[in-house]
Amino acid sequence: MMSFNISFPKTALATTLAASLALSAAQAAEVEVLHWWTSGGEARAANVLKELMEAEGYGWEDFAVAGGGGETAMTVLKSRAMSGNPPSAAQIKGPEIQEWGELGLLGELDEVAEAEGWDDLLPPTVAEIMRHDGSYVAVPVNVHRVNWLWANPEVLEAAGVEMPTTLDELFSAGEAIREAGFIPLAHGGQAWQDATVFESVLLATGGSEFYQHALVDLDPEALGSERMVEALETFKRLRELMDDDMSGRDWNIATSMVINGDAGMQLMGDWAKGEFTAAELTAGEDYLCAAAPGTQDAFTFNIDSLAVFRVEGEERDAQHALARLALEPIFQEAFNLAKGSIPARPDLDMSEFDQCAQQSLDDFQRTANEGGLVPSMAHGMAVRADVQGAIFDVVTNYFNARDMAAEEAARRMVNAAQAAL
Amino acid sequence: MSLSRCAAKPAAATGSRRSPSGLLQAWLPKLVLAPSIAISLFFVYGFMLWTFILSLTGSRMLPSYDFVGFAQYARLMANDRWWVASSNLVIFGGLFVAICLALGLLLAILLDQRIRQEGALRTVYLYPMALSFIVTGVVWKWLLNPGLGIQAMVRGWGFENFRFDWLVDPDMAVYTLVIAAVWQASGFVMALFLAGLRGIDDSILKAAQLDGASLPSIYWRVVIPCLRPVVFSAVMILSHIAIKSFDLVVALTGGGPGYASDLPATFMYAHAFTRAQIGLGSASAMLMLGGVLAILVPYLYSELRNHRHG
Repeated sequence: MMSFNISFPKTALATTLAASLALSAAQAAEVEVLHWWTSGGEARAANVLKELMEAEGYGWEDFAVAGGGGETAMTVLKSRAMSGNPPSAAQIKGPEIQEWGELGLLGELDEVAEAEGWDDLLPPTVAEIMRHDGSYVAVPVNVHRVNWLWANPEVLEAAGVEMPTTLDELFSAGEAIREAGFIPLAHGGQAWQDATVFESVLLATGGSEFYQHALVDLDPEALGSERMVEALETFKRLRELMDDDMSGRDWNIATSMVINGDAGMQLMGDWAKGEFTAAELTAGEDYLCAAAPGTQDAFTFNIDSLAVFRVEGEERDAQHALARLALEPIFQEAFNLAKGSIPARPDLDMSEFDQCAQQSLDDFQRTANEGGLVPSMAHGMAVRADVQGAIFDVVTNYFNARDMAAEEAARRMVNAAQAAL
Repeated sequence: MSLSRCAAKPAAATGSRRSPSGLLQAWLPKLVLAPSIAISLFFVYGFMLWTFILSLTGSRMLPSYDFVGFAQYARLMANDRWWVASSNLVIFGGLFVAICLALGLLLAILLDQRIRQEGALRTVYLYPMALSFIVTGVVWKWLLNPGLGIQAMVRGWGFENFRFDWLVDPDMAVYTLVIAAVWQASGFVMALFLAGLRGIDDSILKAAQLDGASLPSIYWRVVIPCLRPVVFSAVMILSHIAIKSFDLVVALTGGGPGYASDLPATFMYAHAFTRAQIGLGSASAMLMLGGVLAILVPYLYSELRNHRHG
């Protein structure tokens, strides 16, 4: 937080200066950025980017659309794009970038990428996602890790258990926590949360190679295999560790159950850290983080990015400036401290970040080099929205059905992947 | 048959004048209404047509016009979730309309017994209709949450084995929608019936009494048949509330557990707008429209024909 605070007045000063300059220089070029960084910390972080832009004399038209993991924002974006008036940049991620690219609506950022040396700066996996047809069309702003386990140390202590590192340990720790009178695993019964837990279980039981075959390549053999059945069965067993009232619960309510000591653990991506931080807890002391049990050597990533639309003239300069500034250390640091994620460029000084983020970055680089870095299916990084939705349906239906065999669910998974193609 | 006898209807004022100002008067209403008719033609029927066209295309994230015939309908028929949503609509719609009618009629008859404080009671029953379905959904979500609401309360009284966990039970979740929707709409149906009851000519009831009919049979054979037009409007209003139900599902169950309480409207929204399957979403919207027409058109036809020749 320190460097954020120190740099703030400087930027503010520059902003006022730039603002007065911009006023004199007629109508300065503007970017319009559609995003859904609307929660307190996120909005402040997005504001840093705005100030950086204004300091360089560009205008920033904020186009924030709140709500529901960006669903509303996406609907707005589609209607804007259809009417032939897309914003300069929008928060689009994963395979969706390719879909927009195929529609021929995206601009390219190769000039900026070359000048700034993105090829060297960004990890190849990240860079790959930002490109369409070989050209950069988007700029990454952060890297979330999805396969995390969060825990309340007081609950673990009361139950006399350690942070579990394997699924077997998770089940036995869960039993002990239940006997101590707590809910073992906080969870919210929403399709995407079910899928978030499912992909971590599949990663643990099947390994990252199987994960890649099944949930990224949608190989029907892997989807219908014995290992998928095993993953599904283990996933369903986790239900025993959850409470009965979880149906429809939001993820942050589940996190607050861990914070308040009603529940012991939660499987959730690192945005959960925002909740712990907001409750003024310190990582490693008041709450614990570890890779989801059995997935220490894997990293499911969820990368937010800003994709740029095809625009002309001065707006294009502003757009390029935006892309360059989004990877500036000052924005990357401020933004990721607020989001709980790690910077998209691995060369930053991580001393301001807590130990969870530092571990996240270490694991990110290790898995990028040694294998195990996989895109998150539950967060739209692995497959397109229609396939993802079809898989969600199978996962959540199986998880909630009383009497569906895992074999049947695996069979439906194969159908889902094929029907959606 | 019996309709014309139930209430004395004022004869429709007819008569046409042929002066210039009369001509203007004849045309003015049409002129004034023309823009709104044009707008509704375009925005309702035009967009229906567009939705139908889209349902024949392979549109994904944005509309496209590569026609694929009825492939989207075939995919929809093979979609498990669509069948869950459709059968939920049958359960929800059927129960909702039936219970609302029964409860509304009962309340109206009870309120019609010249009781004290009728105005206050009427307001109490009518009030839920003033709420939006989102509010109703959230309130009932809390009431029905086993760890928070009714179940927790009864257990708190000492009945440790009491269970009322329909909200989190995939087989029963759709019935929680019925509970909340009935709570919201039955007061409104009551008001409709009450107005109908007040409109019945007293002399018919007196004649029935003179003929020696008992009170139940007066209600069963005279009053309720007289309320047929009210039933007609109530069914119309309730069934369109049932079919377009979206906000209630979103607020109360979120379609869950899993997708056990999905309705066609939430299915359509999820596919057309969040899952980048506009083609499939349009196909489901067309089937919804087809379902509405299949039920309402025959009903409308039979009721209105009766009315005309009655």
